[in-house]
Amino acid sequence: MLKMKNLQAELKESIIEQLNLEDMKPGDIENDEPLFGDGLGLDSIDALELIVLLEKDYGIKLTDPAQSREIFGSINSMAEFIEANRTQ
Amino acid sequence: MKKLYLLDDAIISPLGFSTKENIKAIQEGRSGLQLQQKPETIETSFYAGVIEESLLNAAFVGIGDIKKYTKLEKMMLLAVQQILAKNKDLDLNETALIIATTKGNINLLKDPGNFPENRLKLSELGQVIANFFGFAQTPIIVSNACISGGLGIAVARRLGGIGKIKNALVVGGDLVSDFVVSGFNSFQALSQEACKPFSKDRNGISLGEAATAMLVSTDKPESSGNIALIGDATVNDANHISGPSRTGEGLYQSIQKALKEAKISANEIDFLSAHGTATIYNDEMESMAFHRSSLQNTPLNSLKGYYGHTLGASALIESIITKHTMLNNELYSSKNFGELGVSKSLTIIQENQNMEINYALKTASGFGGCNLALVFKKE
Amino acid sequence: MQQDFYIKNWVKIKNGKVSNSEKVIFNSSETDLSIFFKAVYNFLELKYPKFHKMDGLSKLGILGAEILFREHKISPDTALILSNNASSLETDRQFHESISSFASPTLFVYTLPNIVLGEISIKFKLQSENAFFVSDSFNAELLKNYSESLLTSGKSSEVLCGWLDLENGEYDVFLCLVSPEINMPFSEENLKKLYFAENEKPTSRT
Repeated sequence: MLKMKNLQAELKESIIEQLNLEDMKPGDIENDEPLFGDGLGLDSIDALELIVLLEKDYGIKLTDPAQSREIFGSINSMAEFIEANRTQ
Repeated sequence: MKKLYLLDDAIISPLGFSTKENIKAIQEGRSGLQLQQKPETIETSFYAGVIEESLLNAAFVGIGDIKKYTKLEKMMLLAVQQILAKNKDLDLNETALIIATTKGNINLLKDPGNFPENRLKLSELGQVIANFFGFAQTPIIVSNACISGGLGIAVARRLGGIGKIKNALVVGGDLVSDFVVSGFNSFQALSQEACKPFSKDRNGISLGEAATAMLVSTDKPESSGNIALIGDATVNDANHISGPSRTGEGLYQSIQKALKEAKISANEIDFLSAHGTATIYNDEMESMAFHRSSLQNTPLNSLKGYYGHTLGASALIESIITKHTMLNNELYSSKNFGELGVSKSLTIIQENQNMEINYALKTASGFGGCNLALVFKKE
Repeated sequence: MQQDFYIKNWVKIKNGKVSNSEKVIFNSSETDLSIFFKAVYNFLELKYPKFHKMDGLSKLGILGAEILFREHKISPDTALILSNNASSLETDRQFHESISSFASPTLFVYTLPNIVLGEISIKFKLQSENAFFVSDSFNAELLKNYSESLLTSGKSSEVLCGWLDLENGEYDVFLCLVSPEINMPFSEENLKKLYFAENEKPTSRT
């Protein structure tokens, strides 16, 4: 459980840094808040950058763009996917 | 506004080193796309249209020192040389040189060879071309993503319209560099197979390299059977910098404005040369814009299956092929098309056929939300 | 049909100094580009989170356009005609660096000079004519001629044209808004005069 919490916090920090979400702090992102659309307002280029982040930080290669929509639903869904698939 | 006449042209591509060879390859349904392996750049193999450097050097050695010029410069110089050789009375003091490219010599970032660093600059590339032949005017360089080549022709017409230009040589070119391969790969936009514009099973672009040149003039040639640009427009989507508009708004508006300027209606267009990159979203966007423009019954093709996406050169090459399509009254098939895979119906040319063509429309779209429409007329 | 056009307003951003027509509106000795851009953003009281995701060239374009447009009602067919020397080389070099580890899609999308035209179009809802030209140095003749061709042919009712260059941390921005409203005549000479004009007051930058 603690491990999951740490991963969620880590993800929030790296998303803010990687996607230049200036003026946002990890505390501003809810674990179950939608990352795209009405939630955090990320767009298709951000999704591509998150794919790079998965590969760079967790050794996970995503090749099916349709799959990414589900995984990047929220911090929770990203963290679950990473826990199940990480190689590093 | 004045018309702009398309006089002479040359295409240097994997399909051949002249317009004639290129048209012949298209007539025969041959593609320049081949499987490429670049494991140091991307893990998966991909299709691209690449010019064999030894063939290029063999052709270039007749006009210049192969060591003094970059690959792209040699391609562009060859294209211009062909036109100047056939138009010996062209006054280079008064002929504008318009160069369209997205990335120019970008391959020098990775592998500069013996070239100075400023050779990366597009203005240097322009100067190299101008100096080689002795063009007196400072080259005009258009770098506006994937509409650059077509915009170059529009720029000639627009400057011609206010009397600043009479003759111009419009040159377009781009390379399949590691830079663009990595970039489009990071966009997950590269197709593993040769690209399939407008098809159900399309899955991204194939890149291509080419250089091309077109001589244009505001003066009507004395001979008959000429193709003229009679309407042109660009409109930005104002929607997203990389994703095409879902409604095709900018492309739709470009088409409307170009038709209005040409004073013709959509049903007079006999042939439509689409952009058709074969990404899911681009082709879908085009189908929306064409449908909204009542062009769903107009025969159309995408040439990306022959050339791949040649970026800044593409809309210029496709305008040249459009010109010959009109002069030959011959529609060329949209290579690699299978089953229609866009939500609005379109009339994709599946086999070469003869048809009287008097008006044609060329469209293009690109990153930054840009869109272009050109209307050509046979006179 | 001969119609005259005028320079309605212009903006310059160079060496930490931002000016709107003759007036210096912001001055800073900050040499870190992203801090400087953010300071101008804050000074203009912009609320546009997308700004922070842009590359330097687009940030400069948005800041310049904001200053030009904020005092005017924008006509939706205002054309954008920009030019520079370095194209998108500043970001090209960064993307090239990223290739050796993981090619960054957010960098790649900015490796074209005309992306800034898209960013300005999105921010100010301009579905209009665009062109990006690259030249060795400020080419007043081309900007004047091309703008004039769009204005006289009725393709655009106003034009935002100018120079927007960024390389090795050095930036040089000169944008002007051209319209039929009577003001300073839109001529090659005036464009040059404004672009090359010395700063009336030396900046405190040391």
